[in-house]
Amino acid sequence: MLDAVREVQATQAGDLAVRWNCKAGKCGSCSAEVNGIPRLMCMTRLDGLPTGEPVTVGPMRSFPLIRDLVTDVSFNYEKAAGIPSFQPVPAGADGKRRMYQEDVERIQEFHRCIECFLCQNTCHVVRDHADLRPHYSGPRSFVRIAALEMHPLDAGDRLPLLKDGAGIGLCNVTKCCTEVCPEQIRITDNAIIPLKERVADRYYDPIAAFLRCFKRTP
Amino acid sequence: MDARVIRLEPHPAQRGDAWWAAPLLTAIALVAFVAYAVWAALQNGNYYAAPYLSPFYSPCVAARCTHVSVPLVGAWWTLSPALLVLWVPGGFRASCYYYRKAYYRSLFRSPVACAVPDAARDYRGETRFPLVLQNVHRYFFYLTLPVLAFLWWDALRAFRFADGWGLGLGTLVLCANAALLTLYCLSCNSCRHACGGHLDSFHGAPIRSRAWKIVSRLNEKHREFGWVSLASVVLADFYVRLLSVGLLNDPRLF
Ligand code: SF4
Ligand code: SF4
Ligand code: FES
Repeated sequence: MLDAVREVQATQAGDLAVRWNCKAGKCGSCSAEVNGIPRLMCMTRLDGLPTGEPVTVGPMRSFPLIRDLVTDVSFNYEKAAGIPSFQPVPAGADGKRRMYQEDVERIQEFHRCIECFLCQNTCHVVRDHADLRPHYSGPRSFVRIAALEMHPLDAGDRLPLLKDGAGIGLCNVTKCCTEVCPEQIRITDNAIIPLKERVADRYYDPIAAFLRCFKRTP
Repeated sequence: MDARVIRLEPHPAQRGDAWWAAPLLTAIALVAFVAYAVWAALQNGNYYAAPYLSPFYSPCVAARCTHVSVPLVGAWWTLSPALLVLWVPGGFRASCYYYRKAYYRSLFRSPVACAVPDAARDYRGETRFPLVLQNVHRYFFYLTLPVLAFLWWDALRAFRFADGWGLGLGTLVLCANAALLTLYCLSCNSCRHACGGHLDSFHGAPIRSRAWKIVSRLNEKHREFGWVSLASVVLADFYVRLLSVGLLNDPRLF
C-alpha cells in the first residue's frame, strides 16, 4: 500500500502528504486506515485487499489532521510523559542488580512496541469519547506501564496512576488494540488484564486488603 | 499502475468488510445460551436420570432435590434448586474477561467492531456502578472451584449404575463437560494472576513460575474453552433431560 501511495505521490499528486521511514514495519511512521481498517501501510499488501473495488486510504481518525495522511500524534507523547520512568531498586550487597532470564521474557514482549499508535487510534475510548481523553492514557501507555510494573528491578508504584490518571477502568477489554497491533503484542491479555488484576488487588479486593494489614506489621 | 486518485474530505469510507458478522453470531449464541439456561433452571424437574445429574443443578443443595449432593438448605426451599447454585458459574461467566469483551461488543455495541463508532454515548467503561463490580471476578473464580469439584464428583458417580460399575454415553458426556469446564476455569485471567501473575520476579518462586507458565498457555485458548464449555454444559443438561423424560435411552458401553 505504501508503495502505491508513493507511486501516486510521484506521478499524480506531488503534494500528497504521507509519513514513512523504514518500509519494513519497524519504525511505526506509516500508520493509516486502509479501507477503514487501521494498519501500517508498508505492511499492507494490495493483493490482500478486495479486487474490483476502490481502495480507500485515510489518516488515523483519532488524532488531529495535519494534512492528507499525516496526523498530529502529540497526544500519545503527552500521555507517555506522564508515566514515571524506571526507578531502580537498591543494589545488592555486591553492588550489583541482577535480572533473571525468566523475568526478562515476560516484559520483552512489551519492548517490541514501535510506537505506531495504531492501538491508541483504534481504542474506542480515545476514538469516540473525546471528553474522556484527559482521564485516559490508552493501550500504548498501558503497555509501557506493564513493562515497568512487571520489571523485577523497578521500585516504582504506578497503580494509583493506573486507577485514576491513566483510567485503566475506562478500558472495557474489547481487544481492538490487540487486533491492530502490528507487533502482535498481546496488549489486552498480557498488559491490560494483568494490570487490571493488580489494580483490583489494591483497590477492589477486601480480602487482599485485609491480608496486607498483617504483612505490614513487622 | 492503474490508479485514479479521489480525495475524499475530510475522511474516507468506513470499514467495508463484514465486520458485523462476528458480533451478530456472538449475540445470537449468548442470547440463546441465556434463554436456555433460564428455562432449564426454572424447570425444577427432569434434572436427574440415575446416575446422571445435570450440571445446571449441581451441586444440588436443597433437601427437596431429586438427587441431593449436600443438604445445605432445608425443605422450606421449594423453588428450583438450580437457583441456589447457578449464580456462581453464572457470575463467573458474566464477569469473565473474555465474555465481557463478547457482550460489550455484541450486545452493548461498545464498540461493535474495531474502528466502528461506539454506540454508547455516556460511556464510562468499568469505572462506575454496576460495571465496576466486574472487579470481583476473582471471587467468582474462587467460588467456582468447589462447584467444579462437585461436577467431577458427579462425573465419578456417573460410573456407578444400579447394577454396579459401568460406562454409559452419559458418563462420557459428564466427564467431557467436567474436563472442559476445568480447562475454562484454569485458563481464567484471575487464576493466571493468582498463581503467579502478581509477582514481579519469578526467581525464587519455581512453583508459581511453573503454574503461571502453564496457566498462561491455557489462557491463550480461554475464549475457545469458554465457548466449548458453554456448549458442553447445555448439551449435558439437555442429554440428562432427554433421559429423564424418557425420550432417549442411555446407551451402555459396558
Ligand atoms: S482493550 Fe481496552 S485499551 Fe484495548 S482497544 Fe479495547 S478499550 Fe481500548
Ligand atoms: S503497542 Fe502495538 S499498536 Fe500500540 S503503539 Fe506499540 S506497536 Fe503500535
Ligand atoms: S473466567 Fe474468563 S477471565 Fe476469568
